[in-house]
Amino acid sequence: MDGMREREQHEHMEGRHDHDDPAGDAKLQDGPMDLAAVRAKLESKTGKQYWRTLEELAGDPQFEELLHREFPRQAPSDWDNSVDRRDFLKLMAASLAFAGLSGCGRTPEQYLVPYVKQPDGLTLGRPQFYATAMPFGADAIGLLVESHEGRPTKIEGNPDHPSSLGATNVFAQASVLNLYDPDRAQTVTKFGEIQTWSLFVESAQALAAEMKGDGGARFRILSGIVTSPTLAGQIQSLLTTFPKAKWHQWEPAVGDGTREGAKLAFGSYLNTVYRPEKADVILSLDSDFLGSGPGHIPYAKKFSRRRKLNGPDDTMNRLYAVEPTPSVTGATADHRLPLRASEVELFARALAAKLGLGGSVTLPGGAEKWLDTVAKDLQEHKGVSLVAAGEQQPAEVHALAHAINAALGNVGTTLYYTEPVEAHPVNHLESLAELCADIEAGKVETLLILGGNPVYTAPHDFDFGSKIALDKTTKQKKVRTTIHVSSHFDETSELCDWHVAESHYLETWGDARAFDGTVGVIQPLIAPLYHTHSLRAVLAAFSDQSGVSDYDAVRANSEAMGQRLFPRSSPEPGSFERFWRKSLHDGVVAGSAFAPLAATLKFGPASLPTSKPAPANEMEFIFRPDPCVYDGRFANNGWLQELPKPVTKLTWDNAALVSPKTAEDLKVAHNVAWRGGEHGKVYSNVIDIRLSDSKVTAAAWIVPGQADDTVVLPLGYGRKRAGYTGTNKGFNAYAVRTSGALWAAFAPSSAIRKTGEEYPLACTQYHFNMEGRQILATGTLEEYRKNPNFANEHAELPPQELSLYNGEAEFPYHRDKWAMAIDLNKCNGCNACVVACQSENNIPVVGKEQVMRGREMHWIRIDRYYQKSVKSPTNDPSSYDVSLFNPPTFFQPVPCQQCENAPCEQVCPVGATVHSAEGLNDMVYNRCVGTRYCSNNCPYKVRRFNFLRFQDWETPQLKLLRNPEVTVRSRGVMEKCTYCVQRINDARIESEKLNAPIHDGAIVTACEQACPTEAIVFGNANDKDSRVAKLKAQQRNYTLLGELNTRPRTTYLAAVRNPNPELESA
Amino acid sequence: MSAGQPPFDSPEIRRLSPVIGPGYTYGSVTDKISAIVLTRPTSLGWYVGFLIAFSVMGMMTVAIGWLIIKGTGIWGINIPIGWGFAIVNFVWWIGIGHAGTLISAILFLLNQKWRTSINRFAEAMTLFAVACAGIFPLIHTGRPWLAFYMMPYPSTMGLWPQFRSPLIWDVFAVSTYGTVSLMFWFVGLIPDLATLRDRSIRKPLQIIYGLLSLGWRGSARHWHRYQSAYLLLAGLATPLVLSVHTVVSFDFAIAIVPGWHTTIFPPYFVAGAIYSGFAMVLTIAIPLRKAYALEDFITMRHLDNMAKVMLATGLIVAYGYFFEFFLSLYSGNKFDVFLVQQRLHGPYAPFYFALILSNILVPQLLWSYKVRHNVVVLFLMSIVVNIGMWLERFVIVVISLTRDFVPSAWGRYSPTFWDWATLIGTMGMFATLLFLFVRVLPAISIAEMRELVAETSEEEK
Repeated sequence: MDGMREREQHEHMEGRHDHDDPAGDAKLQDGPMDLAAVRAKLESKTGKQYWRTLEELAGDPQFEELLHREFPRQAPSDWDNSVDRRDFLKLMAASLAFAGLSGCGRTPEQYLVPYVKQPDGLTLGRPQFYATAMPFGADAIGLLVESHEGRPTKIEGNPDHPSSLGATNVFAQASVLNLYDPDRAQTVTKFGEIQTWSLFVESAQALAAEMKGDGGARFRILSGIVTSPTLAGQIQSLLTTFPKAKWHQWEPAVGDGTREGAKLAFGSYLNTVYRPEKADVILSLDSDFLGSGPGHIPYAKKFSRRRKLNGPDDTMNRLYAVEPTPSVTGATADHRLPLRASEVELFARALAAKLGLGGSVTLPGGAEKWLDTVAKDLQEHKGVSLVAAGEQQPAEVHALAHAINAALGNVGTTLYYTEPVEAHPVNHLESLAELCADIEAGKVETLLILGGNPVYTAPHDFDFGSKIALDKTTKQKKVRTTIHVSSHFDETSELCDWHVAESHYLETWGDARAFDGTVGVIQPLIAPLYHTHSLRAVLAAFSDQSGVSDYDAVRANSEAMGQRLFPRSSPEPGSFERFWRKSLHDGVVAGSAFAPLAATLKFGPASLPTSKPAPANEMEFIFRPDPCVYDGRFANNGWLQELPKPVTKLTWDNAALVSPKTAEDLKVAHNVAWRGGEHGKVYSNVIDIRLSDSKVTAAAWIVPGQADDTVVLPLGYGRKRAGYTGTNKGFNAYAVRTSGALWAAFAPSSAIRKTGEEYPLACTQYHFNMEGRQILATGTLEEYRKNPNFANEHAELPPQELSLYNGEAEFPYHRDKWAMAIDLNKCNGCNACVVACQSENNIPVVGKEQVMRGREMHWIRIDRYYQKSVKSPTNDPSSYDVSLFNPPTFFQPVPCQQCENAPCEQVCPVGATVHSAEGLNDMVYNRCVGTRYCSNNCPYKVRRFNFLRFQDWETPQLKLLRNPEVTVRSRGVMEKCTYCVQRINDARIESEKLNAPIHDGAIVTACEQACPTEAIVFGNANDKDSRVAKLKAQQRNYTLLGELNTRPRTTYLAAVRNPNPELESA
Repeated sequence: MSAGQPPFDSPEIRRLSPVIGPGYTYGSVTDKISAIVLTRPTSLGWYVGFLIAFSVMGMMTVAIGWLIIKGTGIWGINIPIGWGFAIVNFVWWIGIGHAGTLISAILFLLNQKWRTSINRFAEAMTLFAVACAGIFPLIHTGRPWLAFYMMPYPSTMGLWPQFRSPLIWDVFAVSTYGTVSLMFWFVGLIPDLATLRDRSIRKPLQIIYGLLSLGWRGSARHWHRYQSAYLLLAGLATPLVLSVHTVVSFDFAIAIVPGWHTTIFPPYFVAGAIYSGFAMVLTIAIPLRKAYALEDFITMRHLDNMAKVMLATGLIVAYGYFFEFFLSLYSGNKFDVFLVQQRLHGPYAPFYFALILSNILVPQLLWSYKVRHNVVVLFLMSIVVNIGMWLERFVIVVISLTRDFVPSAWGRYSPTFWDWATLIGTMGMFATLLFLFVRVLPAISIAEMRELVAETSEEEK
């Protein structure tokens, strides 16, 4: 728990729902209503506070519910069209009669009233932290969520949770904005009309009663990956009730290759868990294990710990990456080979052959030397090497990776196998295909879609929309009843009969398994903001347990699990209560991780049928989840939309990614706009892509380091109904994605046609060349050992003794001297810090138009640079610039450098940016008049200006989101990174109360806390034992633009790569 | 004139055309100048011109109103280019505002008689240019309603401006310059206002001019005090001519941005300011003398002299350009060397070459006597120099900011409609004020012209 802010236990969290809802209210919602009770209640209530206007009464959801029950025919959903006098009078009479009831519902807070009784553990103004977990694909990220007076405002990682180890990723950080998304679906609807939950439950019960007859033979459930034991249990119990019903699954951005590969290799579905901390040599076969997929946060953490250099004698692991398009993992790799996605399989086969596993394959181009070196390196590191296959790669690659790992003796050391994390692993493509076939065959009457957005994400040839939509010509529907449960009213909801608004994970009880099987309890931070329900509650509506609350279900499941995990013949009284509370507090159910399985390989690479060679002269189109909006589920999240993608630095759009040579062949180019320019707006050629009778129009974007003749089509954009933020952004790659070519499609280059149009893309960093300046110091391990001081060799540091000021002799920092060190050797550019900073510091989203003008507001940015003049690893003499073929990529997070000798401070005319006694460049927002002189004079350009009123001051939901400890800036004010001064002050107050110095690690900045690779370290430079002081004492430590004598408090540690000398000399 | 005068028909004397046409008496000078204000009917041209100028000024009002409603984001500025048209225009207008005081004060102290007929409207032009310039530092701030934070006023928080910032120096330099210029101009106007008071036949005008003339009766004591005050003010204004643009140049020279951080900026900015100021005086004088038939008062001698000043200051500016380049290359500082490359080869290179063309190459024509005496060419050239000087500020302010230290932060700038509307709008305001000025005040100093008549008639004796 060191390094974490104080985490407080909320003992009474469990009972939260019950306390929130008055008993009578609960009755209204869940059970059949008792009118007599209501009348009795009414009579007992007097006084003016019960209602204010008739309109308000009429709009009250509780009241509407009553109306729908009392006048099922007279008050139809279109009552505002034709209300005759009698109806009107009845309604009005009812309004008056039920006037007193309006006091029972959830009404907006009207008065500022202090707590009469302070809740336990809560000190007003002090945040509380609760453990919960965010389910995400076949993983769940354990979180600690900061809560201010009942509002969750900030997501942090849970150090006790294996999927987090204290860090987070962009999705977890941004998920809190999803909670407050004003476009969220807010209630139950049927055919678009607002309904009540109890009406839905009644309908569900009626459906269930009807389905009982044939055992649910015409009942289908479609969900994404389910790792929640409780939810899976609920589905299973439903499937027991309806034995003929079927459960289908479709997760659009997770490939079946991982599952099927294990089946191919071991005969059954198995889960693979890596231990990168034990591997000296790692080969990624198109695997972005550091940037996406289950467990990537702990993988990145453990991987980067093996790249920690304290001195020239330290060793580093070595990462080889074979991939078609640069990923976070590839950019971090010591050696990277761009290969088309379809050639990765060839590479895996050739590697297996090299390692003596059978088969023989010739590799395209001149990759053989690369392969030989990698094979040799792997063989030299038996037992301490690791081969990871990518989520989007086919089963064969995964099976080969399993075989290679087994041959290298890595199983049990650098990786192990467990039973599947998914509750019910199936081949998703087959599962969805089966569902579509059943619908076509008329075998489905009721379809319950749990989450997801299949109309948008299903393969284009399945035409899922037509399966559930009303046929316009025949006026027939293939599925009689369709029910969609999702957080937003999206493309799928539009075509379904019923839509149930889904609760956010911060609003509901639940559980989920992490990548290693650990169960985390999802604990709500807030009662549902709207009339939303959990997936489990929707399922329960079809069962006889419709009244069971989520809390009880999760608790019961936990109890069962606890008994299984810790069997006791006669449990002592209260022992479960302790176990449950500990699980809630820790966020994990202790001991629930899956034990390693002994898996026997039933597969030899030689037995693989020769693969169908990829058409050599055709373009390859590959589909990848977007690094920011993923499969489209985050399309309406402004933080993620505005987040520059790690490698391309594009925001608000996806683009068809091509290599420089392919761009040349296709004659597509970029054109830097005059407004915004390199820091904002770049025009790109628009291309039409015609694949399998479908066409998509996309902007092309050139990515150095991508494999030639490969076009990457990122998924998740082009949403037609995502919400205010996400609708009609980018192009929809799903439109050309077919079931036959789910991850890679082939077509002749004539499938791409330049339209002649240009499309403006918002790119925050177009210039990727360092122009010979030492911005980002890099070297190899060998160079570092020879000359540990290489980073400072070329720096022209000005002599300090020439200064007129005596520096710190004149202005000493007696107590604390805050400083930051960023290890560029560890940073992989994942962006978690950027979103964490945005969330912590109330940083506004400005929109595409403003980003294109160079006005994005991120306080920390991640600069991406390419190193020049690098040989092509295939030694292919090509006509294009070799430096763009496969340039080594480096990332550099740039927050405010907090200069000792700050250029900004000297030029501010009003003293709005001043030096604090601890050496921070403080911004005084209410003193700032906005001359922007400070920004002009800042050599690092880390200052951000509110050119317009970027903050949303009206939307009530977003008001709940804000961190109350950070000022919400108005327009015309300069802002910048503060080193999270609110956290510093928090620690300062605590230390003064205790009259003790602030110990190292007591202050963790938001970026540091989110960072999965521990690249950012903050602390007191006066404390010689602090981590930051030790890092700064290293010879790798250098200052950015040191020659300017700004003397920044933020310093960098040079990036050191560990290339294989054999490949280097080639 | 001195005894060693060359023969009347010598080329020297032909070139030195007189500073006032022949045959004028005290009365005719007074008549001719005061008639523009008092008796001559206002021409249609004045109305049309005023209407156009006033509408353009209206556009500025709209642009500023929209700016205050929406914020500086309506302009093309961004990160990294925090200063755009607003600061370019500010520096340009302040530069233009240099000629007036220079003509009035420095040439007065140097006893240059030819300044007499142009000093009044040059001073007016200075004031109007300073007024236009003064708008920009105010509106370019993110929160203009708080711009008073830059003034040292006794606040309850005990806060002062940050005196190390050149922007604070600007506040003092520009406001001092504006105040002294206004006083100088007004003191010079007093005898003429009295003349107008005496000559106007309508009661309201008599009252207004009477109030403004501060009880001037033309007594010897009045004249004595007037001349002392005028001389003192001239002495006070003279260092300001040099200091204002020096301080404005500190905005850039103090900063660390490559292209800004140069010690040559103060003299180079002052020369540039005088250069553009004289160009603007020519731009105004040429149509003015034509419209009001003042060729006898603003003679070719004046135009010739102003062209020579332009040529001289233009050469200083060229020297500045050269040394800016030379020092950047000589320093070996990689950022400065890169800046030079950017000026020549970067995306904004055409602007730099346009600036060299209009500020250095074209003005070389002024070596020619014929060019200096061709009113049309002179007028066009003054406009070219005005544009060139605007480009110079654009190149310095904007282009230096586009590519500075960290390549990842490089960007570009292009103005929006509102940038243009504000720039052109201030020109409208400038023209509006000038139109009003020539209509309600004597554009040429009557008193000083009468003095000149006296002196020239003495010489003829």
